[in-house]
Amino acid sequence: MQTTVRKWSLLLGAAAVLAVSQVAWAQLTKYDLESRMGTESHIGNITGHAKDAKADYRRYCVVCHGELGDGNGESFPWVDPKPRDFQLGVFKCRSTPTGTLPVDQDLFDTIARGLDRSNMPQWSTFTKQERADLVAWVKHFSPRWVSEKPGTPIQIPPEPEITAERIKAGRDVFAKVQCWKCHGVQGMANGPSAATLTDDLGRPIAPFNFTEGARPKCGSTDQDLFRIFMTGLDGTPMPSFADNIKPEEAWDLVFYLRTLEPQKSKEKAIAKQLALKPVDPNAPAGQQ
Amino acid sequence: MRNRYNLAAVLSAVILVCCGALILGQKVNAAGEGKITGTVKLDGTAPHMKGIDMSKDPYCSKAHASDPGHLETVLAGQNGGLENVVLYISEGLSGGALTEVPTEVPVFNQKNCMYMPHVLAMDVNQKFKVVTSDQTAHNIHPLPNPMINVGWNQSQPPGAPAVEKSWKAAEVIPVQCNIHPWMHGWFVVVKGPYATTDANGSYTINNVPPGNYTVTAWQETYGTQMQKVTVAAGKPGTADFTFKAK
Repeated sequence: MQTTVRKWSLLLGAAAVLAVSQVAWAQLTKYDLESRMGTESHIGNITGHAKDAKADYRRYCVVCHGELGDGNGESFPWVDPKPRDFQLGVFKCRSTPTGTLPVDQDLFDTIARGLDRSNMPQWSTFTKQERADLVAWVKHFSPRWVSEKPGTPIQIPPEPEITAERIKAGRDVFAKVQCWKCHGVQGMANGPSAATLTDDLGRPIAPFNFTEGARPKCGSTDQDLFRIFMTGLDGTPMPSFADNIKPEEAWDLVFYLRTLEPQKSKEKAIAKQLALKPVDPNAPAGQQ
Repeated sequence: MRNRYNLAAVLSAVILVCCGALILGQKVNAAGEGKITGTVKLDGTAPHMKGIDMSKDPYCSKAHASDPGHLETVLAGQNGGLENVVLYISEGLSGGALTEVPTEVPVFNQKNCMYMPHVLAMDVNQKFKVVTSDQTAHNIHPLPNPMINVGWNQSQPPGAPAVEKSWKAAEVIPVQCNIHPWMHGWFVVVKGPYATTDANGSYTINNVPPGNYTVTAWQETYGTQMQKVTVAAGKPGTADFTFKAK
């Protein structure tokens, strides 16, 4: 009798070990997601709860982002750019350095802002609490939120005054770090490397065209532009320039980029006065 | 009387420490002595390495005016030796030989719009540097599986400072420059001692303590091969590999 009990417990034990290792090796399953249902987000003094976002996600998000958050929803074939795969924990719009997780506020802002020129609309119809809950829900898809901490947001110094000197200096930065390689000398997204760009999954992707009056995906304020080239857009060819553009120079570059846009602006008026020409891609480094 | 006990205690402590140091020292020595050597060859004719059209970036095409760049996915020498094959110990390591991280910092250079070396091997958590020698902008963009390692993407315009990083887990990580789509290389991150073959296909894995191991050879086009190797005290293990040309 005792031996049979021992045999059975052995068998059961082996089965349990096998089952556990299966879970660990398999792709993300509903089981993993259940175990992370307690994920929270913190936006100011609002606390978001993943479990409270379940209904909203199923109604509004699942059709693109998929039940497992892998971006493989029903609409996947018809959507371009493709829906984000939340399981990877890689996000374009962050305030944190390249290679780090975004802070909750970044995801919250993306949900509210939407992503221009994509199928992701502005979700300003949700209350702040609902958005905070959705942020927690987005996080519960990736195991990275369990094992890693978000990066430290980059510092954005106060914006200086727009001057002709700064705009000219910004043009030098544009030439020095060679933004034009992809974005083109006039910001028309027609640089020599523009045509061959691919995202991290090997799909073709176009650089931002400054001359169309479109809004950049990660925001269109001066602070947003500053943040974009200091953090880079992870998952895309846009790298971080944090090591190569000083904060002061970054403001200069922001002002210069405004001169490429079709919208009326103080920067554009100054550039017209200066009769500022596009950078010369054939000029030797440091001589514009 | 009491003093004498104290003296005895101090003496025995000193002896213990000395013995410990000796044993430990020996261990380190043993680890330093053992090695695995061999050559990796290609059986058959190496596939044609296509030339690279760098005309979109005048700096790059000028740098290659006399010596056109070509793909480096299979680099076979005159005697059939395969270059850029990474060899590492995939089974049998334990203790310090497995966990010790080398202090040397391997360098990955962007030179004449190519990666030098094309394949950079390193240990888990070992620091490595990415530098640029070019007067044209690059971006250094490794693409690991985000579930294993965390990728990043940094610009390196002319004169950019070195990027110093490490990887937290073993993985073969492709690395690319989006500005120059032909620039494609590899970070091969392994746990424990490793080596990369030279132009003749020879390699030496140092710091292998005596024991029985499985050595794995990784080549970017032909995949991996494994072999059992025994390293004895004072007698290096040998493992030669042959990949069939496809």
